[in-house]
Amino acid sequence: MKVASEGDATFVFEKSVEMDNEPTNFEEPKEKLIPQDKGEELTSDKKTRGLVRGTYRFTADSLKKKVRLSEFISEKVITGVAFLTITIIVLIFLFVFRETLPLFRQHSQKVTTTAQVQEQYGSDEGAGRNAGNQEVYGITKDSITSADNSRETIEPGNNEGRVIFPDKATFKGLWGKEWMPVSDKPRYGLMPLILGTFKISILAILFAAPLAILAALFSAAFSPKWLREIIKPAIELLAGFPSVVIGFFALMVMASVFQNFFGYSTRLNAFVGGIAMALAAIPIIFTMTEDVMTAVPESYKEASLALGASKWQTAFYVTLPAATPGIFAAILLGIGRIFGETMIALMATGNAALISMNPFESVRTLSATIGAEMAEVVFGDTHYSVLFLIGSLLFIFTFALNAFAEFYVKGKMVARFQGRIA
Amino acid sequence: MKKWTNKLTGGIMVGTTALSVVIIIAIIVVMFVVIIIGGKEQISWKFLTSFPEDGMTKGGIFPAIFGTALMVLLMSVAAVPFGTITAIYLTEYAHENSFLSKCIRFAVKTLAMVPSIIFGLFGLGFFIKFVGDGMDHAFLGGHLKWGQPNILWASLTMALLTLPVVIVSVEEAIHTVPGSLREASLALGATKWQTIRKVVLPGARSGILTGTILAVSRGAGEVAPILFTGAAYYLATLPHSVSDQFMSLGYHIYIMSTQSTNVDQTLPIQFATTLVLLMLTFILNFTAVIIRARLRRTPK
Repeated sequence: MKVASEGDATFVFEKSVEMDNEPTNFEEPKEKLIPQDKGEELTSDKKTRGLVRGTYRFTADSLKKKVRLSEFISEKVITGVAFLTITIIVLIFLFVFRETLPLFRQHSQKVTTTAQVQEQYGSDEGAGRNAGNQEVYGITKDSITSADNSRETIEPGNNEGRVIFPDKATFKGLWGKEWMPVSDKPRYGLMPLILGTFKISILAILFAAPLAILAALFSAAFSPKWLREIIKPAIELLAGFPSVVIGFFALMVMASVFQNFFGYSTRLNAFVGGIAMALAAIPIIFTMTEDVMTAVPESYKEASLALGASKWQTAFYVTLPAATPGIFAAILLGIGRIFGETMIALMATGNAALISMNPFESVRTLSATIGAEMAEVVFGDTHYSVLFLIGSLLFIFTFALNAFAEFYVKGKMVARFQGRIA
Repeated sequence: MKKWTNKLTGGIMVGTTALSVVIIIAIIVVMFVVIIIGGKEQISWKFLTSFPEDGMTKGGIFPAIFGTALMVLLMSVAAVPFGTITAIYLTEYAHENSFLSKCIRFAVKTLAMVPSIIFGLFGLGFFIKFVGDGMDHAFLGGHLKWGQPNILWASLTMALLTLPVVIVSVEEAIHTVPGSLREASLALGATKWQTIRKVVLPGARSGILTGTILAVSRGAGEVAPILFTGAAYYLATLPHSVSDQFMSLGYHIYIMSTQSTNVDQTLPIQFATTLVLLMLTFILNFTAVIIRARLRRTPK
């Protein structure tokens, strides 16, 4: 939008000057201003005042956009602040990734360190575990003193066990099947965590998606307007539940009720966690699906009804298929929410890193691992870096999910509603 | 015959959709009722205003309430101005389809999608390890003050999380300010910035309020971002300055229900704390819904 600055029309400018200088004469010129056509006749009067009244000509000068300092500054400041959101995203990426860098650096130094460790092992492996351990502690002292130069907050007493094998988090190690970061011989296999996250996501989405989509269909297609005005805010209320409250409810109430009902042995498991996470995902899927379904053009529904289809046939065979890409996007966003959900995972899933396909066993998700272990970890440790690596993975995954839902699905949706794709 | 089966299928289909609505609303009601029943015995004025006692097995939750309130206040101070200005840029300055505004919109959406635990990691990596450590080395000669978890870093981390909430509601409110008002202001010779300050912003006041309320409600409930940026297990005193740690309601619930030694004994306290947090967020959300509904009803 073009902005008219004050000097655009000479007329306006003059008048304001006149009024500013002679406020007492305010009444007088008011009458003379009215007959605008008689510009020439009034000139004698005007000349005495030193004003060229009546020639309302736009000159090149008067039309030039005036640069005002306050305008300039405000615009630049506002633009700068708006950039902040982009900056934050970039910073998040940079700084979460930055803390994982030691992992890659260690990887390049690995050749020498592994050789040393293997030498130590080679001589003592057969001699028994105790002897081996002693050797290992010997190395620890060295590695701590050498590492001490770069970090301040280390307590050698507690953390010897963890610093022993700085090279354990190799890329091969990360694909391992064991997640045991706090042990004599730490292993950072991400497999159980990734599988656990997928297991719980699938469980949660299987529960949340049908429920939310059907509810959205009811709200958009079948319910009268007054009922819709109640249903929508009521379900969106669930979005306002803090995840720690849902987690607490799952931990204290749902877990016991489900255990009595299904009779499985582990009280906290993927099933309980999955259903609790579904509660967090339902409002997201519901709101977006509902919006998309109401956005389906009326002409589609009218055409279907005119052909003799009943109301429910129109809803299931016309509205629902037309909204498919949007529903797909809604499910993706729901998965994104479940993937990143931390508090529910921490409280209700049991947090045991197992590889198992049984939904009634405990799982440990990626985000819960960060939440549970970051507080106790030594800064700069391999464990610390691996946790940041998990964070980077989560961030990249949700970013990709969001980008896909935003560009691909939305583009498809728009094309569909405009009739470009059958 | 065919018509009869058709009607039956239709009835079943509609019934299924209605049933799913009923199930969802029933879950919400059950959660409310269970938490209210579990917590109502314990709730009293004394519970809300006293300190925890006997290793948090008795006493109240005042420090947690105070810490949450302080954190939310600091967070709003950071998030609301920045969110409002970004919304103004998106609605008033940016061209609707320019590359830049698309980028910013995408960034806002991404920010809303980023898992809350990532904000916690970012707060640790950026605010504490980078800014805080840097400040310590620059001003205090390496004396550890800012390079550790505290309420300031927690609030700033939370502000990043709630920024999209503010942006979206303010943007929505600015869109309800009629274009004619804006044009009238410009026609009277006001400049763009004057128009925004004197016409657009007052018109969007309720939207800014809604955004703030929603952000506060979100910030009060989130725990993951403050897990390692400032929340403390137990503090004997209230935070004195922004470089102190603080207790928070959500973190208190998490700690009491998972980490404490006698979970069963403190169950009433846990339920009561949950009830306080739930009521807090519920009332805030409800207020926002009402303000929004009134905003929509006002004639354009």
